[in-house]
Amino acid sequence: MPQANTPATPWGIPDLVQLMDETGTVRTHPTFSPYADELTNTDLKEMYRTMALTRRFDDDMTALQRQGQLALWVPSRGQEAAQVASARALAPNDHIFPSYRDHGALLERGIEPSEITPLFRGSATLGWDPKKHNVHPYTLVLAAQVLHATGYAMGLNMDAQIEAETGEKQTGQGQATDPNQDAVKPAVAVYFGDGSSTEGDVHEAMVFAASYNAPVLFFVQNNGWAISVPFETQSRVPLATRAAGYGFEGLRVDGNDVLSVYAATRYAMDKLRAGEGPVMIEAQTYRLGPHTTADDPTKYRPQDHEATYTPLDPLPRLEAYLRSRGVEESFFEEIETEAKQGGQTVRDYVLNSKPEDFETYLDRVYAEPHQQVEDDRAFYRAYTAGFEEE
Amino acid sequence: MSQIFNLPDVGEGLTEAEILSWKVAVGDTVAVNDVLVEIETAKSVVELPSPYAGRVEKLMAEEGQTVEVESPIIAISAGGAAPEQNASPATTEPASCDAKDAGAQQAALVGSGPKADSVKRRARKRPEPVSAEPAASFPLPSKHVASHALAKPPVRKAAQDMGINLHDVPPTGAQGQVTKKDLLSYAAHMALPQATQPGESPSSFWQATEISDDRIERIPVKGVRKATAAAMVKSSFSAPHVSIFVDVDASRTMEFVKRLKKSPQFEGIRVTPLLILAKAVIWAAARNPQVNATWTDSEIQIKHFMNLGIAAATPRGLMVPNIKNAHELNLRELAIALNDLTARAREGKTQPAEMSNGTMTITNIGSLGIDTGTPIINPGEAAIIAFGTIKEKPWVVSGEVIPRWVTTLGGSFDHRILDGDLSARFLADVASILEEPALLLDM
Repeated sequence: MPQANTPATPWGIPDLVQLMDETGTVRTHPTFSPYADELTNTDLKEMYRTMALTRRFDDDMTALQRQGQLALWVPSRGQEAAQVASARALAPNDHIFPSYRDHGALLERGIEPSEITPLFRGSATLGWDPKKHNVHPYTLVLAAQVLHATGYAMGLNMDAQIEAETGEKQTGQGQATDPNQDAVKPAVAVYFGDGSSTEGDVHEAMVFAASYNAPVLFFVQNNGWAISVPFETQSRVPLATRAAGYGFEGLRVDGNDVLSVYAATRYAMDKLRAGEGPVMIEAQTYRLGPHTTADDPTKYRPQDHEATYTPLDPLPRLEAYLRSRGVEESFFEEIETEAKQGGQTVRDYVLNSKPEDFETYLDRVYAEPHQQVEDDRAFYRAYTAGFEEE
Repeated sequence: MSQIFNLPDVGEGLTEAEILSWKVAVGDTVAVNDVLVEIETAKSVVELPSPYAGRVEKLMAEEGQTVEVESPIIAISAGGAAPEQNASPATTEPASCDAKDAGAQQAALVGSGPKADSVKRRARKRPEPVSAEPAASFPLPSKHVASHALAKPPVRKAAQDMGINLHDVPPTGAQGQVTKKDLLSYAAHMALPQATQPGESPSSFWQATEISDDRIERIPVKGVRKATAAAMVKSSFSAPHVSIFVDVDASRTMEFVKRLKKSPQFEGIRVTPLLILAKAVIWAAARNPQVNATWTDSEIQIKHFMNLGIAAATPRGLMVPNIKNAHELNLRELAIALNDLTARAREGKTQPAEMSNGTMTITNIGSLGIDTGTPIINPGEAAIIAFGTIKEKPWVVSGEVIPRWVTTLGGSFDHRILDGDLSARFLADVASILEEPALLLDM
């Protein structure tokens, strides 16, 4: 008898993978525990450190925006486990295509917090060297990076073909690392949110990724909110359910549990490298802050939001787990001190960087002079000259 | 040396915010990122963390005050271990912000409370206003009316909640959008007691003694009502009015209107006796130019153009939009211009430019069933014509009483410019056209 398909009982939902619960208690899973077991105490402590630094960086950036030093800030509060643990599971030669909220993934990848600031200060369009980290620029156009990533992954397949025919490594495989030293074949991970998942771009990307068996991991952080729209309005079913429709595997993991995020990502990357096509991971997490500094979540969130979601905070969970594994108080104190110093470094960096003159952006559109750019420049100058004297 | 914190733009293009409450007082010592003040922007309530460490020297804005972005709001002494320059925010060690209690602070950085007022932006330069000397190239009233009322989402929502159609609200925004203020004044206007429909019992208007102590409704004098009152007082007490009347047999005008309605050239165009009167007034003004004039104490300015005003009751109150250069329009064009003008006035969409530089006015009191009256001249003009109702009355033609379509024309004239004879000649000319519209062929 076919299963009923109503909003209350939809079919085909993948089981939620959770290896560590809210209290820091760990359970085993036949497929994923072996991956989680790779993580040593040092790995876990490093992840905690990156998460704590991300949290502090996030707070400092919010304060700087409130002090008029940044145009905008996109907080990552609550999503640190999903970002840091997934990035940690990638190989150094894998490519990351981030959204605009993935500060934790960037820090895990070795990008300095201060390198993230220029985009939000308006002092440069990009603060880090993408080729040094294999981390592509933040994309402010919702979901556009999902197409970019899929295209890049299709390109990696083409590079692999050329290499098979000619024996020569291709450029797309290198960049951050020396292709001749790489331990594994490169793949691609693209980060996006539940709001973006509703964009047509994601559908197109998944269709192409499936058709061309592209080695791309669709890592969606479902933080529960598309700005002010709750997830229940966006979808009847968890997002991971959608993967089956494209013919590839979808995993649903507790996004606030570093162990299951890491394990699921490792599992997915193994699959990609084995040529078993794209994989989607839905990391179910929660956006503890506003969408950006430009909105006010108290206008649309339930009153009991804090009580319901604070227990899901990934940092106390990992801290409890680390303490249960014998990590000493001094470790947490050191991290706190380091986070403070990091905050100071970011503050100094931001205050000392100057917003870029708008016209320099026009200078970079084409290598050679171009009439359209000159028209735009004339318009811009007329526009800025068109204000009343103050 | 004091460190001054200027109000930042915390929300992508805001230009002002209201100070809700200060969290510090003069004399308090603050550290970097300590919360100083809670502000409310058009988007949200937010708390501003201090960019400086030191002692609060002065609060430069009061609670409840709306402050423009970049205005100074607080002065903090450059105290403590790291003296800072005036212009750059402190880079000293943040005191209160560690990884643990940052949670509480972060949560406090966003707050509650919607504020739906419109976002104010930097003023744009505007084209120089057209001078009081209208050139022939003065634009005709725009025939293009936006089909979609412009308004920001909070205003849209408020209109929906109030059950008001935004199309009915006269917009004053820079882009022609309905502002919150527009909506509120419209709502206030709609709340005024409306004329009781014929046949409807007005009994609910009266209040029995025992129901209420205060049986006087008090309506604040403001907006259009206030402007109208001021204009009427000014006109009434500065221009000595002379009012004269004439009964007219308008039967031929009625026939003419009927024929025009059937004419293919006027298909789809509303034709009324007002059109013939407007044409008559323009024609008569050309024959008696001093009626189309302005009095200043040193000179009489006679206008060789006609910006013909039509007094109209609108949702905003009495408005007198005018048809620019009406003398250049043929009958069909004049009909279209009249239609546009009255339609816009009825929708409350009359723009300020449409009401400026009028040279003469018609008030169509006949549409309310009134025979005539003594209208008050629109300030800056010399004459106003009141068009009474047209109805069948007994009329003596060649010694016989027969029913004819009769109306009364009334006119008020500024006696400083016009003596009785000129006024009379003008009104007689207007009347002659209503009696025999064929005379318009003379034009």
